[in-house]
Amino acid sequence: MKLKGTKRIVFEVIAIVLSIVIFWVPFCFVIVNSLKNKTDAAQLDLSWPTSLQWSNYKEVLIAQDHMVIRSFVNSTLITLLSIAILVVVSAMTGYVLQRRNDRWSGIIQFLVLAGLMIPPAVVPTIWVLDSIHLFKTMSGIVLVEVALGISFAVMLYRSFMATIPREIDEAAIVDGCGSMRMFFQMILPLLMPVTSTVIVLSSVGIYNDFVNPLYFFPGAKNATIQLTLYNFTSMYNTSWNLLFADIILISLPPLILFIFFNKKIVAGMTAGAVKG
Amino acid sequence: MAQSKKKTILALTGAVLLTSALTACGSNNNNGNAANANANKSPDAATESPAATSDASSERYEKPVTLKLMIDNQTSTEGIKAVADEIEKRYNIKTEFDLRPGGDEGDNLVKTRLATGEMDDLSFYNSGSLFKALQPEKYFLDLTSEPFMQNVVDSFLPTVSVDGKTYAAPSGASQAGAWLYNKKVYAELGLSVPKTWDELKANNEKIKAAGKTAVIGSYKDSWTSQLIVLADYANVTADAPTFADDFTNNKAKFADTPAALRSFQKLAEMKDYMNKDYLATTYDQALKMLVDGTGVQYPMLTFALSNIFATYPDKIDDIGVFAQPADSADKTALTVWMPAGIAIYKDGKNVEAAKKWINFFASPEGMALLATKAKPEGPYVIKGATLPNDAYAGVKEMMPYFDNGNNAPALEFLSPLKGPSLPQLTVEVGAGMKSPEDNAKAYDKDVEKQAKQLGIAGW
Amino acid sequence: MQKASLTKASKRFYTYKFLLPAGIIYFVLFLLPTIMSFFFSMTRWDLVDWDFIGLDNYKTFFSESSLNIGFRNTLIYAVVTCGLKVVFGLLLGVALTSGLRIKGYLRSVVFFPTLLSTIAVGIAFSSMMHPTQGLINKSLALAGIVGPDWLGDTSIALLSVAFVDVWKGVGMATVIFIAGIMSIPEEYYEALQIDGGNAWDRFKHITNPLVAPAMNSVIILAFIGGLRSFDLVWAMTKGGPGFSTDLIASIIYKQYQGGFYGLSTAGNVILFIGVSLLAFPLLKLLSKREVDL
Repeated sequence: MKLKGTKRIVFEVIAIVLSIVIFWVPFCFVIVNSLKNKTDAAQLDLSWPTSLQWSNYKEVLIAQDHMVIRSFVNSTLITLLSIAILVVVSAMTGYVLQRRNDRWSGIIQFLVLAGLMIPPAVVPTIWVLDSIHLFKTMSGIVLVEVALGISFAVMLYRSFMATIPREIDEAAIVDGCGSMRMFFQMILPLLMPVTSTVIVLSSVGIYNDFVNPLYFFPGAKNATIQLTLYNFTSMYNTSWNLLFADIILISLPPLILFIFFNKKIVAGMTAGAVKG
Repeated sequence: MAQSKKKTILALTGAVLLTSALTACGSNNNNGNAANANANKSPDAATESPAATSDASSERYEKPVTLKLMIDNQTSTEGIKAVADEIEKRYNIKTEFDLRPGGDEGDNLVKTRLATGEMDDLSFYNSGSLFKALQPEKYFLDLTSEPFMQNVVDSFLPTVSVDGKTYAAPSGASQAGAWLYNKKVYAELGLSVPKTWDELKANNEKIKAAGKTAVIGSYKDSWTSQLIVLADYANVTADAPTFADDFTNNKAKFADTPAALRSFQKLAEMKDYMNKDYLATTYDQALKMLVDGTGVQYPMLTFALSNIFATYPDKIDDIGVFAQPADSADKTALTVWMPAGIAIYKDGKNVEAAKKWINFFASPEGMALLATKAKPEGPYVIKGATLPNDAYAGVKEMMPYFDNGNNAPALEFLSPLKGPSLPQLTVEVGAGMKSPEDNAKAYDKDVEKQAKQLGIAGW
Repeated sequence: MQKASLTKASKRFYTYKFLLPAGIIYFVLFLLPTIMSFFFSMTRWDLVDWDFIGLDNYKTFFSESSLNIGFRNTLIYAVVTCGLKVVFGLLLGVALTSGLRIKGYLRSVVFFPTLLSTIAVGIAFSSMMHPTQGLINKSLALAGIVGPDWLGDTSIALLSVAFVDVWKGVGMATVIFIAGIMSIPEEYYEALQIDGGNAWDRFKHITNPLVAPAMNSVIILAFIGGLRSFDLVWAMTKGGPGFSTDLIASIIYKQYQGGFYGLSTAGNVILFIGVSLLAFPLLKLLSKREVDL
């Protein structure tokens, strides 16, 4: 479809108009209303604020004893810890799985696939967490996020491993490298491209996760950023300006990530999704 | 094993269940309440403080004692803090507030803390079947013979008692499930408070004709849709006095009991009088409509008066309260929600101090202090505690129902059964998606599901 | 994968010990609960003690309309979201691999919503879908159209939520399609051009068949995602009005909230079985189709 001339221009104009209506309007709607005062925001329209009320943001940040900030800290910690564990354990798994092919690897691959599809059993997971005293703890939610993220990460790693020639391993074996040393010193650095994909995608997923913290990390002190936002809907349901300000605040990290890693995300996504 | 297993299941499931049902109804008590302790029922408690036997309520501790008080974070603690400050002054007992979440999450937390033995000295918790579902006899101190319990209004006691023993003191004022109305608009339109359901409908017609919303619906917060059904219970009980017990024992159903079915029918009859956006309207928006007079009547719990006062302080005296009318005027009665209870954890380290705490809190003096910060949303259930002069006009309007005895506790204080799907079912009836008869049946099934999960005898 | 000709040395090298950390976490927090769920779904359970009650929870689940409404809704939701994501994703994928000069911009715009929080998106859209004050109906009113009550009308509420799901998720589908289309060798198109095919022929004879692997990924991901969906519905309608937008996952949550842990777990098992029954055959079917081509 190599469009040419006027046809292309018409097509492009239509595309731009559609993208504005479908995607930009909601963004602008939220941004504009987050800067209005309470009365104006109640109109829920797209008009420009009579005066820009940046204090909305401050108000959201300090509300309920700095709830947003505290939950932001929680979410950040959960995300960082989960990603760190996820990357190491999934890379090791993807590496061995790709390099071996025996009766076990088939079963394991089935399990990986299952992990991608099957919904986690909620209450029994709580029961397990409770039995090992990790229910409602940071470690608990981190491990749950890892457990539920392993499948996806392993698949990305496994398919990427296929592009790393075996000769590299063999050379290392000949050099008398230990298996641990070889993996961490030679393979893991080579996995860097896919690692960055895993980091970006999983961190967005975990940061935005609502369901797992809802079940496994309840408690006012434990609040994550998504739960806080959710709870604010009832608290602020007559103050749309504050609710929208909160939405903007919590959307900033994905936005920043997007600005810096846009190309990488898309590239990594596609590599993983299609081959995997 | 099976026995204790069953019990635990009953208690725990019950707790969660009922809390979900109740909190769905948003009943948070904004008042303080008192817990007290009776050491003689608990060997642990008895060993802790030899002083337990003598009434030490007037003594001041030499070294400061700190009590932890668990309370949900939706309850305003200002009034309680005022009382706690006074307690600290008098007895050198400090109060450390341990805020827990409200709703199901909070109930789960309380449940877990009890089960794991990490409960605070004092805990605020909904009275009624919610409280009983915690198995208070297992975890809380028996307060039956404590002197301060003599202050408590009798009607409160059954809501915190198991097998004739009382485990909590009231945290303050009661509230009602009733109709809030805008008195200004009522006066403008020349309306008077309806004594019968037909009068209510006649009022609705006049309000509608005046271009205003007669009945505010706020079904976006689906718990608010239950109110017409719940607030009707005092009328139901006038016609069917044994309904609560029969209902609990699987002998009476909403669908088969005309008086109870009537509650659902009344809800259905209000559809044409509601605001256009009732499915997208929230509780807070509803309050705003009521205050500015675009909506004139709102079936709600009277804790809403505090919310109105907080947001629109100058409008609070425009808002009145009347009981949901019965079909005949002589049966119209107010449905009352009891205040939360304060219980003492019997394995706590400071049982004696906790008793002192409640002894002061649950007294007319304590209530008066409470009233300086938190206005009551209904009459106090402490004998001798009177409404402050600056009480909400709506609360003052509730007094005749108490003075004449025209009131009854809500069903949820009398029966442990409250189906968790009631909010959804009442939305369907209120919005005309389902008939009241169908959903009364559906509610009976929902209750049956709950009863079976609780393992209640006879189900 | 290489043929199974690993030397003993390399076997020692690619030791399964490497799988242990991931394996332990995965087993303890995913497999074990999944296995346990079959047992607990047949109990009355309070997390500490249980009573075995056989299949009662399943009977309740299937007989009670407030519970089994979730089956129908979930299926509708999964089919609608998946179908729309495939259609729009493919269209966008084709458009964004064509000669448009603004394709970089469009890719970014379409993809960005997938990175946003579902809760945030749900809240923003439910405010825009307010029947009288919402932006959507206000705009329609300008054109003289009286918009419906998007989330209040029980006949369309589920579809409204599904629409938002598509809005948020179509970027993912698009990106996968883009990758699929770009992996098609240019020579195929060149050959067609020599034969004198037009744009439609290009799509029909080359893009469509050869994009099948990408299509399979999209279908599987979107369909399973739809079946498991919870947070968007919860943020927008909480399953209401009444039960009209309740999905299995939201019903599981409500039973959990109600303290019916056994019942909630039964719902979990039903969802598990449903996903397996639908997803694994779908996977097989789709990969067969891929081979046939």
